[in-house]
Amino acid sequence: MAFLTTYLKDVLGGVRSLLKGMKLTGYYFTHHKEIITQQYPDNKAELKLPERFRGEVIMLHDEKNEHACTGCTACELACPNGTIKIITKFDVTPEGKKKKALDTFIYHLELCTMCNLCIEACPTDAIKMAQNFEHSVYDRSKLTKKLNNPGSKIREGVE
Amino acid sequence: MIEELSTTEQGDLVINVGPQHPSTHGVLHLVITLNGETIKKVEPHLGYIHRSIEKMCESLSYRQFIYVTSRMDYLSSHINNHGCALCVEKGLQIEVPPRAKVIRVLMDELTRLASHQLWWGAMAMDVGALTPFFHAFREREAINDIMEETCGARLTMNYMVPGGVMADIHPNFQRKVKEFLSFFHTKIDEYDELVTDNVIFKNRMAGVGHLSPEDAISYGCTGPTARGSGVSCDIRKLYPYEVYGDLQFEEISEKGGDCFARYLVRMQEMRQSIKIIEQLIDNIPGGEHLAKTKAVLKLPKGEFYSRVETARGEFGVYIISEGGTTPYRIKFRSPGFSNLSALDHMAKGHKIGDLVAIMGTLDLVIPDIDR
Repeated sequence: MAFLTTYLKDVLGGVRSLLKGMKLTGYYFTHHKEIITQQYPDNKAELKLPERFRGEVIMLHDEKNEHACTGCTACELACPNGTIKIITKFDVTPEGKKKKALDTFIYHLELCTMCNLCIEACPTDAIKMAQNFEHSVYDRSKLTKKLNNPGSKIREGVE
Repeated sequence: MIEELSTTEQGDLVINVGPQHPSTHGVLHLVITLNGETIKKVEPHLGYIHRSIEKMCESLSYRQFIYVTSRMDYLSSHINNHGCALCVEKGLQIEVPPRAKVIRVLMDELTRLASHQLWWGAMAMDVGALTPFFHAFREREAINDIMEETCGARLTMNYMVPGGVMADIHPNFQRKVKEFLSFFHTKIDEYDELVTDNVIFKNRMAGVGHLSPEDAISYGCTGPTARGSGVSCDIRKLYPYEVYGDLQFEEISEKGGDCFARYLVRMQEMRQSIKIIEQLIDNIPGGEHLAKTKAVLKLPKGEFYSRVETARGEFGVYIISEGGTTPYRIKFRSPGFSNLSALDHMAKGHKIGDLVAIMGTLDLVIPDIDR
């Protein structure tokens, strides 16, 4: 008799536990409002990524096409993967002195791990992380980018 | 393969599970010797995702090498980074500001919650229940959004740097974490309703994959795997780092030693993590989030070791420095490797269907094992 009672208790308890789980599943099945799936890429217009999101490195240019990069290569040294390569040139100042300046800022997006160390290292805040995350291209060479705009020069007063 | 076949008895079957089998986690390759449906031997074959991270670190500076460790145990990337930052700080004798200490612990516990949520979903899926996976990912998404806002990334954050944290917390951080906690309080009860109390799940878990405390110690198991066997091994309690010494929380341990005990440990750890976050979220001290450090970090000559408790167990970082800007040698003690070594012992004598349940409760992350 004792065996039968425990047996029935087990069976009933088991059925009850299953019903409890099914009740919860049923609740979510009938309450569509709580669906949280994002319909990407249909929601592209309202999809807003946080300001700090690391998508790619960009160089900031103002309306006069001037940037704040002095070509000091601090970011190049901080990068763990060799993502950044800086080519410098020598500008001649009005006083006739030679001054080191940025020629080309090469950024290999395919090597970048978005670790943010270059942004941290930059003493003049010339570079920044942008929120663009859709990086697929048909040709790998398109991932190697030149970050400084053509014809851009260093902002006055940035040392 | 031929040697293995010759050592097995007549009528035994040797099958490969993985490296692409969907029920195994990641690229784990198991060679299983079967007698009928009973497991005689399980042999994990490693190396499919070996990236020689320890060797790579030897050519990176003390700031740079931390980002690589996010790629080991990618579900506990904050805690891995934390361990490395602690070790470098130990060598340089940097005092971390109190604000950074609290932010670090908050991030660690959020990571632990996210990791356990993923484990819960994936393990329920392993034993045949698909719905829990979606429940778990719904809550994990909230944590990922919090991380994304403050750290800038969802999985491989690289937020902990020697001397503190990379950036101060986002103005929305405290509000969002509180919102998440009030939401998750009810959801974790749903987890229990849906899976823990389920009779089918219980029967699949209870009594399967037994690991005695002695074996857990001799295999070097740590984390929930060892605590499920009643071994006290929580680094947060035994060797408190940051502010863990001042916090009120319990070290969870279960006596059972079977799959269900390991499952219960992780479920209760989630509640403890909530408790820790609740204690800290309103008490973040003011001040700096990053201590002043030199531009180039040079560790003095010597050996340094630090350890942290990840979601899977003890993670140790061992640095040998020759006084230069890069480490001479780095060794990582990953929890997954030791936990996996006990798999053969646990699975022996069980049916092949139970192997998946045992693997699920070990919470394996293969990049952590292979490095």
